[in-house]
Amino acid sequence: MTTQFSDYIKQFPFDEVKSKIQSLNQNEKYTRIKIEQILNKALKEEHIQWYEFLYLISDPALEYLEVIAQIAQKITRKRFGNAILIYAPLYLSNECKSICTYCGFRYNNLIKRRTLTIDEAYEEAMILHKQGIRHILLLTGEDYRNTPVNYIGEVAERLKYHFSSIGIEVYPLKTEEYEFLRTKGIDSLTIYQETYDPIRYKEVHLQGVKKRMEFRLNCPDRGGTASLRRIGIGALMGLSHPETDVAMVGLHANYLSKKYWKTHITISLPRLRPAENFEDVPMVSNKKYVLFLAALRIFLPDVGLILSTRESPYFRDHVIPICITQISAGSKTEPGGYSGKKATEQFHIEDHRSIPEIVEMLKSKNLDPVFTDWVYVMK
Amino acid sequence: MLFFYFFVNMTLISHHKDVIKQNLISLIEEQQKRDPNPLRIAGRTFKSRLFVGTGKFSSIESMKEAIEMSCTEMVTVALRRIDLSKNINEEDIISVMDLNKIQLLPNTSGARDAEEAIRIARIAREMGAGNWIKLEVTPDPYYLLPDGKETLKATEVLVKEGFVVLPYIQADPVLAKQLQEAGAATVMPLGSPIGSNQGIRTKESIKIIIEQAFVPVVIDAGLGLPSHVSEAFEIGADAVLVNTAIAISQHTGYSAYSFALAAIAGREAFLNGIIASQGTIENKLTDTWKKAEASSPLTGFLDEERR
Repeated sequence: MTTQFSDYIKQFPFDEVKSKIQSLNQNEKYTRIKIEQILNKALKEEHIQWYEFLYLISDPALEYLEVIAQIAQKITRKRFGNAILIYAPLYLSNECKSICTYCGFRYNNLIKRRTLTIDEAYEEAMILHKQGIRHILLLTGEDYRNTPVNYIGEVAERLKYHFSSIGIEVYPLKTEEYEFLRTKGIDSLTIYQETYDPIRYKEVHLQGVKKRMEFRLNCPDRGGTASLRRIGIGALMGLSHPETDVAMVGLHANYLSKKYWKTHITISLPRLRPAENFEDVPMVSNKKYVLFLAALRIFLPDVGLILSTRESPYFRDHVIPICITQISAGSKTEPGGYSGKKATEQFHIEDHRSIPEIVEMLKSKNLDPVFTDWVYVMK
Repeated sequence: MLFFYFFVNMTLISHHKDVIKQNLISLIEEQQKRDPNPLRIAGRTFKSRLFVGTGKFSSIESMKEAIEMSCTEMVTVALRRIDLSKNINEEDIISVMDLNKIQLLPNTSGARDAEEAIRIARIAREMGAGNWIKLEVTPDPYYLLPDGKETLKATEVLVKEGFVVLPYIQADPVLAKQLQEAGAATVMPLGSPIGSNQGIRTKESIKIIIEQAFVPVVIDAGLGLPSHVSEAFEIGADAVLVNTAIAISQHTGYSAYSFALAAIAGREAFLNGIIASQGTIENKLTDTWKKAEASSPLTGFLDEERR
């Protein structure tokens, strides 16, 4: 049980998984037969294996998209009911020492930088609080100096009595640091691998802690060891071969939920968006993207699935009812954004609707917007 | 003349058994090649997914025959049945096994608490029976139901001492998790009370254990018929352990063979996603599929012009 994901994943080299998926696309006839068998199993609410999940994200599965979506919706309603958890991100800083070619915050990008003081962070958070937000996600860039662990802890301590849940999406930490942050009121961790493709990972992460792929890969293990209550993982769609990255996210989530069985796992598959000086973005088609999310739901009935404000209102309105369990709303991706301070945002948001508008939309779809689903004493 | 006839007949039967064994081995090997999750326990790969026990046989010969004709690679032996004054390899039960092929799995049968089980395990290792141990802690002498609390305690100690621990447990998913966390190499939930031949009466709980397991799940105890064994594999078990049903049958060799075939059939069904459809499920998909084709309420928006 002491193995970490970086050891576990050695049995599933990225290139091998990729060629397996590509072979499914080629043997279309056989793949279709398998897909029907797997869907029959899913209809009967049988557990799906990882190698079966690969069939559900292959090209031939697109033909079954509607059935897959219907099964995914049925599973989601059964496991999560009609509840959709609403949270909001709070960017504490956009200072960053890493260079990731696709990110607006990267070190060598000449942008307006800002790190909120504890008071400013509190002020921002209380603006969200007034709008009803009780689950808050604190974000920073990768800067150990300007946004040290103590600083994140202080912000959390200041907020913890006002919010039922505080999560972090910051640079990767050590187990002891997660344990420390738990004592300050943080209960959940979000850390996206971006891509599981080791070659592509090297190409796009040029400088900083983020260059250390393995350290990042084992970050959820460290969070799990520190007994955090919720851990979110994900991959950026468009960095490498999307199907394989989705397969690896599924593998990772399955591994984590089995190993850290007291921790709830959530998944997000943000599609790469244009950022400052990064305009040429390959797109995963809408159909494929819906297929990925619905197939993940069938493979992992209990994981939380997140849909980002990077997606358009039209797309979100249609996809949320299929298999999503939590969404952000009214988001700003620049530090100080809620109180109107000036700084550069991390990425362009597509869904600019306010929280009341999102609530209205959910209700019109017979979904129940939930703002609090936690008590701060359960850390 | 009569003697000659008898001799030929015996030779034919033993030849016949060799053919059966050969065929069984090739079935097992062929299936293992296609299996995306071959059975691995503590770094050792097993071809056969049928484990057998050595209790309750009428003779050493009938036990040997069962072990051979099942083509098993894991055999459990109660330490309490071994004469501790002898060299372990001279012990009848053990000397008839080919230990190059078979993983010997001493068990702690009879232990009433963690301490007794730990002591039995240590003795087994000192005697040269290896560091694999099937942990059985059964304070109640009638149903022999396992004590989860003591089993967990013993697992924690034995794992630290370097044992490969395979604990026998109730079909309790939380306990199964705690044991995996403590470093158990497998979990072995019971299908029904040991020796009861009632089959899998704990199916729903076992399904949860399988779904969440990080180590192989071996269904142990209560499997009385080959169909019970098939069912275990159909729901996704990684292996099964059968003892009583084989040991008390009239022809232990053929009985063991039937269980081995059932294991292959069940695993094959699992690998191919064949499910007991009872005539409705296949139709259900077709119906859903047809309806979905006619109108796509959930994904139709993807084809519309983006507003």
